[in-house]
Amino acid sequence: MHLILFFLFAGFCLAGAINLLLQTHPINSALSLIVVMTSLAVLYLLLGAEFLAIAQIIVYAGAVMVLFTFVVMLLNAGREERTLGSRAAWPIGFPAVVAILAVLATILLRAQGLSAARLGEGLTNAPNQSNLVQLSQVLFHQLLLPFEVTSILILIAILGAVALARAEGSQTGAERTAPK
Amino acid sequence: MSFLQQDVPLSWYLILSAILFSLGVIGFLIKRNLITVFMSIELMLNAVNLSFVTFARQWNEVRGQIFVFFVMMVAAAEAAVGLAIIIAVFRARSTLAVDRINLMKL
Repeated sequence: MHLILFFLFAGFCLAGAINLLLQTHPINSALSLIVVMTSLAVLYLLLGAEFLAIAQIIVYAGAVMVLFTFVVMLLNAGREERTLGSRAAWPIGFPAVVAILAVLATILLRAQGLSAARLGEGLTNAPNQSNLVQLSQVLFHQLLLPFEVTSILILIAILGAVALARAEGSQTGAERTAPK
Repeated sequence: MSFLQQDVPLSWYLILSAILFSLGVIGFLIKRNLITVFMSIELMLNAVNLSFVTFARQWNEVRGQIFVFFVMMVAAAEAAVGLAIIIAVFRARSTLAVDRINLMKL
């Protein structure tokens, strides 16, 4: 069962990623990226990371991709002209990609001691705890400060996004709402 | 049926992650639209997240999953800022083709 689910969703993943490269319209690429992210969520579930699977769907397939599709529609992005990469991509880029993939695959296939993932079995050091309990115990005891610092990061990101996206020299909110 | 009970080696997950990362790099190289280039970067981030989750499973260590959680938060912030930059660039240049955006100066 695990094997079938793995091949099914790994196939969806790869098909979505290849479709992302082949499509010329950005909205089609965005939709295939949603397919990739949702199948990755299923793979996380197979690996026993339930919380991350839900977070992947909510944060990535939901929030981030809504932002992407929104920007694609807002900017009315049309078909891109098809090129085969920049001048540096052919002599350096593609051989580098093939080399990296070959080296990684060789290392991974030769690696000793990698176990096998069994279906329905999470992290086994605490079998009676759910994944969420384990995760939050570490997150809120040992990593509380980094967790709180990310909230500041997100606040700064919101402010930065608003400051960047606002048109230069546009009216402020108070002026815009004021009666003429 | 023994086929149904068979386990999946974790190296297959890692190879899937490597392939997805390479596809992201190729997309980054061949795509000519600023938004699609950004999507390829997101694809690479997702591929690395998959290998983090796989290694968390291998070592029975929940910290690997927490790392993915932080990567997700940072990626969400990055997407917001990056798309705002794309909107600003489009407003200044009225194009999204990376070939025509070759000056930092507006």
